[in-house]
Amino acid sequence: MFQARIYVTLKTGILDPQGKAVKGALATLGYGKVEDVRVGKYLVLTLDYPDRSLAEKDVKEMCDRLLANPVIEDYTFELQEVAK
Amino acid sequence: MKFGVVVFPGSNCDMDCYHVIDRVLGHPVEYIWHREQSLAGYDCVVLPGGFSYGDYLRTGAIARFAPLMEVVSTFAAGGGLVLGICNGFQILLEAGLLPGAMRRNDSLQFRCHDVYLRVENTNTPFTNRYRPGQVIRMPIAHGEGNYYADPETLAQLNREQRVIFRYCTAEGEIAPEANPNGSLENIAGICNREGNVLGLMPHPERCSEEILGYDDGKFLFLSVLHWWGLKREREVVARG
Repeated sequence: MFQARIYVTLKTGILDPQGKAVKGALATLGYGKVEDVRVGKYLVLTLDYPDRSLAEKDVKEMCDRLLANPVIEDYTFELQEVAK
Repeated sequence: MKFGVVVFPGSNCDMDCYHVIDRVLGHPVEYIWHREQSLAGYDCVVLPGGFSYGDYLRTGAIARFAPLMEVVSTFAAGGGLVLGICNGFQILLEAGLLPGAMRRNDSLQFRCHDVYLRVENTNTPFTNRYRPGQVIRMPIAHGEGNYYADPETLAQLNREQRVIFRYCTAEGEIAPEANPNGSLENIAGICNREGNVLGLMPHPERCSEEILGYDDGKFLFLSVLHWWGLKREREVVARG
């Protein structure tokens, strides 16, 4: 069994209105030194796969096909073996 | 010619589209459930507005994998007319039938009000009943209409006159203050290279009758009928 932790973020240079709003709110709270905020998505997948390389291949495919939109988003993921 | 209105779980403008085609235009139309696997007999397919699959993950991201969408791609490749309105536009982008992507509105607000649009290209199946540069009014209702395309794609869209509608002022000026969502170059609607697939964020089906205040949207549907009539004539001539 594996657990995939996937992080989806807007590509560098793509305007992030949510990030901008959060940055503004942080500044209001006195954290004016926050230079930039990017809001993204965090997905956790539990995978019943026998081996790592197959899981890795499929998670990448899932990200490319559905979980991220390659036009505006980047993704990274970590794969961790977990007990069944 | 026959219209089909696709129904996804969460579509909520399907009945409005059906009503306009059936009652205002008086044309044959049927609902098509998203699990259908054929579009045989249809000439124009409408992907209506709404919140297909609750807009989970991204708007249109899950709807694009509905069984019918595969058929819609084949239908479009064969020259069939496909009209995506609001969520329908978002689905067409996710499906890759139109280029680019939607981001959250720059205001972070769900914007629901009338906008002015400038008709940028009237040489399409969907806009031939408008005048070039005509300023029309339509309602919008969306939280993610902030259109994005990379610089090369954007240049290509402009070069090929595939930007069909832009948000403008009442006087027809393409100005930042007329842009309700932050969309690049005030883009409100684009088409594919062949011109048979159109996506737009505003709702023509919500302004197709005088009783609703104005009927600027009706001419989009009338354009489809006009285009179809011309196509039929040409085919008759070609066959001799």
